[in-house]
Amino acid sequence: MKGRSAAITDLPAAPTITDVLAPRREFDITLLVNGVQHRLTVDARTTLLDALRDRLHLTGTKKGCELGQCGACTILLRGTRINACLTLAVMHQDAAITTIEGLATDDELHPLQSAFIEQDGMQCGYCTPGQIMSALGLIREGRTGSDDEIREHMSGNICRCGAYTNIVAAIKQAADILARP
Amino acid sequence: MTPFAYAAAPTAEAAIGRAARVDGAEFIAGGTDMLQLLQERVREPAELIDINGLPLAGIEVGPDIIRVGALTRMAEVADDRRIQEACPVVAQALRLSASAQVRNMASIGGNLLQRTRCLYFRDVATPCNRREPGSGCPAQNGQNRMTAILGTSPHCIAAYPGDLAVALVALDAEVEVSGASGERRIPVEELHRLPGITPQIETVLEPGDLITAVLIPTSDHARRSHYLKVRDRASFEFAVTSAAVALDGDGGTIRQARVAVGGVATKPWRLRQVEVALIGRPLDADVIRAAAARASDGAAPRARNAFKVELLRRTVERALCTVAGLA
Repeated sequence: MKGRSAAITDLPAAPTITDVLAPRREFDITLLVNGVQHRLTVDARTTLLDALRDRLHLTGTKKGCELGQCGACTILLRGTRINACLTLAVMHQDAAITTIEGLATDDELHPLQSAFIEQDGMQCGYCTPGQIMSALGLIREGRTGSDDEIREHMSGNICRCGAYTNIVAAIKQAADILARP
Repeated sequence: MTPFAYAAAPTAEAAIGRAARVDGAEFIAGGTDMLQLLQERVREPAELIDINGLPLAGIEVGPDIIRVGALTRMAEVADDRRIQEACPVVAQALRLSASAQVRNMASIGGNLLQRTRCLYFRDVATPCNRREPGSGCPAQNGQNRMTAILGTSPHCIAAYPGDLAVALVALDAEVEVSGASGERRIPVEELHRLPGITPQIETVLEPGDLITAVLIPTSDHARRSHYLKVRDRASFEFAVTSAAVALDGDGGTIRQARVAVGGVATKPWRLRQVEVALIGRPLDADVIRAAAARASDGAAPRARNAFKVELLRRTVERALCTVAGLA
């Protein structure tokens, strides 16, 4: 427009409500993980799982299938268990995220972590962070009434070593401890 | 994943306007099916419009209708005591779907629009008419154990994979849709299309159409309803066959009957011939067996899924016997 005044017809139309979206491929976001705020720049495609592992180096959360079928990437989002592989990092700015790294304090394991060790709830251990985070969600949902109920509501977590019997025992042990006043 | 642009929609109007105007713009809600399809490059949208910030979540129970907002998560609906009482088939179908994690994420609207689990649709290394029109349908004579026996065409035999939609079809539920040309209601039974010669066009929704709610009419038969899902493992698996049934009896006579089935058809499938064989007849095991015998009428089985013809009849019979208290 330099050098001449714009005719009225050159002015852009007043934006309508349908024009407010400006999709982009890159975002500066803040993720709130285990009580700590992290600022990072992500491609829109970055899954929450990849942001946690590759960008924030919180590699306790595991990548198994990337299709929501194995549960190795289970985390808590606002206290609820989800698959971190099935969602985009950009969709969760400032939402409280809890990963396996957020459970233990400096000198004490979380009761679920202790229970998995005491009940030998693992062999190779790859699925274990996901199992523990899922179990934490399960206990909060109040689904520990019976072995069958635990098994049914833990079906989103696969253990290829087949440690299921001891995983159920560990969850029962931790649920009992966490239920104490 | 193929690169895409992303924006969070501040209003439904903004989301609808963008998706209606921009070729390749798609909505994302729970994302549980979308992310799988993005990872496998089955879907390559130009833009993802995030609708999670829209005020479309929540369950309202009225005297005649239950309104479930499209962004309500599967877990919330499955766990809602009012839903469990008014239409147990809906709560059961959801409870038997997916995993706890996925149920916490996935939206009700998105659940209805989940894409088929046909192996060829999900593998971009193979032809698939539904994914790439005109490329062929290897399922016709290939890995077709999990494909449909009802509503198939020479161009596609992919089964509709969901459970919720089957329950909703049995209860004459509708979806409320907002689009570029306003709001309308669509019976869930008419939401999905038969594959015919255009299997790539899966629903009657137009670009920009946004499902805003599911509307479930309350009824005596809805209160006496049941979902039976038969699958290859006890949990976290898609249906080989499933049946959503609802019955209302007057003394010993069947006053109303609703039967819809899943895992066996290219879209959520109502079995009116079975309903007709029930209504007005005595509620007993013989009547149920005779009615269920018609469940597979018109089936076109393939080499590896022919077992579904008999399994479907038995699935329907067992579901009806269960809801009738005869199991």
